[in-house]
Amino acid sequence: MSNSTEAGGSPARSLRERFPLLSIIAQRMVLSLILLLAVSALIFGGVEALPGDFASTYLGQSATPEAVANITAELGLDRPLVTRYFDWLGGVLQGDFGTSWASRNSVSEQVGNRLGNSLFLAAFAAVIAVPLAICLGMLSVHFRDRIPDKIINVISLAAISLPEFFVGYLLILYFAVNFGIATFPATVYQGMGFLERLQTIALPTATLVLVVLAHMMRMTRAAILSVMSSAYMETAELKGLSGWRAIVKHAAPNALAPIINVVALNLAYLVVGVVVVEVVFVYPGMGQYMVDAVTVRDMPVVQACGLIFAAVYILLNMLADILAIIANPRLRHPR
Amino acid sequence: MNDITKYLAGRVTTGGMNRREFMGRAMAAGVTLAAASQLYATSASAQAPKKGGNLKLGLEGGAATDSIDPAKATSQVMFTAVRTWGDTLVETHPETRAPVPSLAESWSPSPDAKTWTFKIRKGVQFHDGKEMTTDDVVATLKRHSDSKTESGAAGVLKSIKSIENKSGDLVVTLDSGNADLPAIFTDYHLVIQPNGGVDAPNAGIGTGAYKVKSFEPGVRMTFEKNTSDWRSDRGYVETVEIITMNDATARIAALSSGQVQFINRVDPKTVPLLTRAPTVQLLTTSGGGHYVFIMHCDKAPFDNNDLRMALKLSIDREEMVKRILGGYGKVGNDFPINDTYALFPEGIEQRSYDPDKAKFHFKKSGHSGSVLLRTSEVAFPGAVDASVLFQQSAKKAGIDIEIKREPGDGYWSNVWNVQPFSASYWGSRATQDQFYSGAYLSSADWNDTRFKNEKFDKLLITARGELDEAKRREMYREMAVLVRDEGGTILPMFNDFVNAASKKLQGYVKDIGNDMSNGYVATRVWLDA
Repeated sequence: MSNSTEAGGSPARSLRERFPLLSIIAQRMVLSLILLLAVSALIFGGVEALPGDFASTYLGQSATPEAVANITAELGLDRPLVTRYFDWLGGVLQGDFGTSWASRNSVSEQVGNRLGNSLFLAAFAAVIAVPLAICLGMLSVHFRDRIPDKIINVISLAAISLPEFFVGYLLILYFAVNFGIATFPATVYQGMGFLERLQTIALPTATLVLVVLAHMMRMTRAAILSVMSSAYMETAELKGLSGWRAIVKHAAPNALAPIINVVALNLAYLVVGVVVVEVVFVYPGMGQYMVDAVTVRDMPVVQACGLIFAAVYILLNMLADILAIIANPRLRHPR
Repeated sequence: MNDITKYLAGRVTTGGMNRREFMGRAMAAGVTLAAASQLYATSASAQAPKKGGNLKLGLEGGAATDSIDPAKATSQVMFTAVRTWGDTLVETHPETRAPVPSLAESWSPSPDAKTWTFKIRKGVQFHDGKEMTTDDVVATLKRHSDSKTESGAAGVLKSIKSIENKSGDLVVTLDSGNADLPAIFTDYHLVIQPNGGVDAPNAGIGTGAYKVKSFEPGVRMTFEKNTSDWRSDRGYVETVEIITMNDATARIAALSSGQVQFINRVDPKTVPLLTRAPTVQLLTTSGGGHYVFIMHCDKAPFDNNDLRMALKLSIDREEMVKRILGGYGKVGNDFPINDTYALFPEGIEQRSYDPDKAKFHFKKSGHSGSVLLRTSEVAFPGAVDASVLFQQSAKKAGIDIEIKREPGDGYWSNVWNVQPFSASYWGSRATQDQFYSGAYLSSADWNDTRFKNEKFDKLLITARGELDEAKRREMYREMAVLVRDEGGTILPMFNDFVNAASKKLQGYVKDIGNDMSNGYVATRVWLDA
């Protein structure tokens, strides 16, 4: 048995053996595409199952049966569900996300804007939160069970226990209304300068940093602590390394895998899960865009947003897995 | 300045006194002629509109799905936007709501009110420099009323048979007489666009006080002054910025930190907190919008008028206005018209909370057990609380109301106009006729109480074609009484429009036509430095 498999699968197998990382990535890519397809079908079915159709929801109380019928006919919403889905899918495969039913503008263009905003905010928050969280995690390991560790823990737990909108309101109240030193609302628009943009998003960024910090910090602390009890750390201590150097050079690299995972999850959250923060700060990101579209059943927009959200999740998870493999020599060179 | 002259100067500033009167009274109070004259000048200039500045409005009711095409304007933000860049043929007077000329200079009906002739203003330019013509007007009206229309105004234009340009005049012919046609043309969807907006519905080009500079749906819209505006009594600020702010707390924070000068939809519960800020003024206007509980007159048990009457008598209106509207509103009388409408029938007895009478009617109806009321937070602000108040006041009359809270999403397609007893709201319409035709005529599209009354229908059609105001007013009285006593509407309250602004914002006109100075807020106010 073992003989035949080796003989039959040799070219593919040797490829996989020679480029283990590449083959894993390729495999993940194919799986991701299938997953995205499933997501699109699910969203289509889901929105379709929601009560109320686009035309009457959009026109609201000013809708007349004639106007509703005209809109339905113009958009081809009277065709069967399956036809419409495959029409849409055909467009997407050619890179055309269609036009928004409501505003009749190109979805790709609008999504591009909003996605840019979302990524900008997320990136800015991540640039501050990730290094800060990891440093604080290492610090609290260094001072474990002493005052600094306890202060870091209490503050980060407090930040994570408050709902994000409340953190946002507190920041607005103090920094925008009482002291008047921060910009509010955080509405960014096209043609705004980079520095002005940074200044505008200070408050939402601070909110997001506070919200994601604790999770990453505590995971870093736990992961490093579990490494600290291993024999080689004892050796490091015995050969006379300072506590801080032992943590940075020996403990942290070995605790990377779980840290990378939690960072990836939090990054995904920063892109797709911040609707509430967007609403509170009047920030034109993807989340608000999708909610608006769902409200009136604007299918092309909902679909595009859903796909992008799914893709962000899949991509970040894949990235986390790949980085974990690279970080771990045992996984990098499998026997 | 002593107190008397201070008071007089204040009255000049608010426009309550002219120069002659002021001088006479100030000198009587012992001020010299020169001093009085100078005082008058400074007080009066405080009232004169200041030009320039950037006006920022933070408004609720915008979404990424907003369209700049006036035919599809539905949200509060787009309503205000359309009023800022476009003009309709006719406007309404802010205090009386009578039709006043805008792009139409004058109009006259035929004796049967079936054919109307409108004189169109000459020398008005669109933002792109082209002259506005009667053909543009004809094309606009046709786009909103033809059989392929997707316009929100299609309903009010249904009775139009033909729209023509007859030697420069607009001539509109109707299926049946309608004395209210000029009022219908005040509808905000019907702004005049070049060639009716047929070629470029989303261009945002009109004849209004401001030109559209940029538009990001659901985010922000900016305007700049139209320097060749045909009117000089509006458009004082240099630029206008509308920011969509759907979060109530965000709006209040933005106003109190001075980042915007005007916000809409202030929650009555937060008014006392808001007005504590020294820089903020509250702007409330009564309007024709109202909150209702609607019963289907053709579905058991609500097909019984005694049961309907029992429920109407078991609601405590005064308490609703106090608790749900924070006092910013007026009690309703179970018909959808109040004194903000022209030809309002005055003197109809106010229905009040009467548990004993309610008990009597409930017994007479023969109904036993509870009635099921469906409600939701989206039905109107405070709808769930209002339903509980209703439940409690009805309990004292021995009527058991069971409350079912429905999800907000899909409420307007699954519950309202579908279920026999639910909470809802209505905005104001231009005329009584428009309101009744949309929601109370037997064949109306949105007859959400299934009120079908032949006498009412006949009165409505006759009143529509009647040019004699006294006769018309009498007919509207009869109709109001029919709806009040036999209809399926429980109408506890008319809500005020509650907006707030920075004290720097001046010249705000309290317009009973609609919210935000009937949408004209940006064109009517100025900023005091």
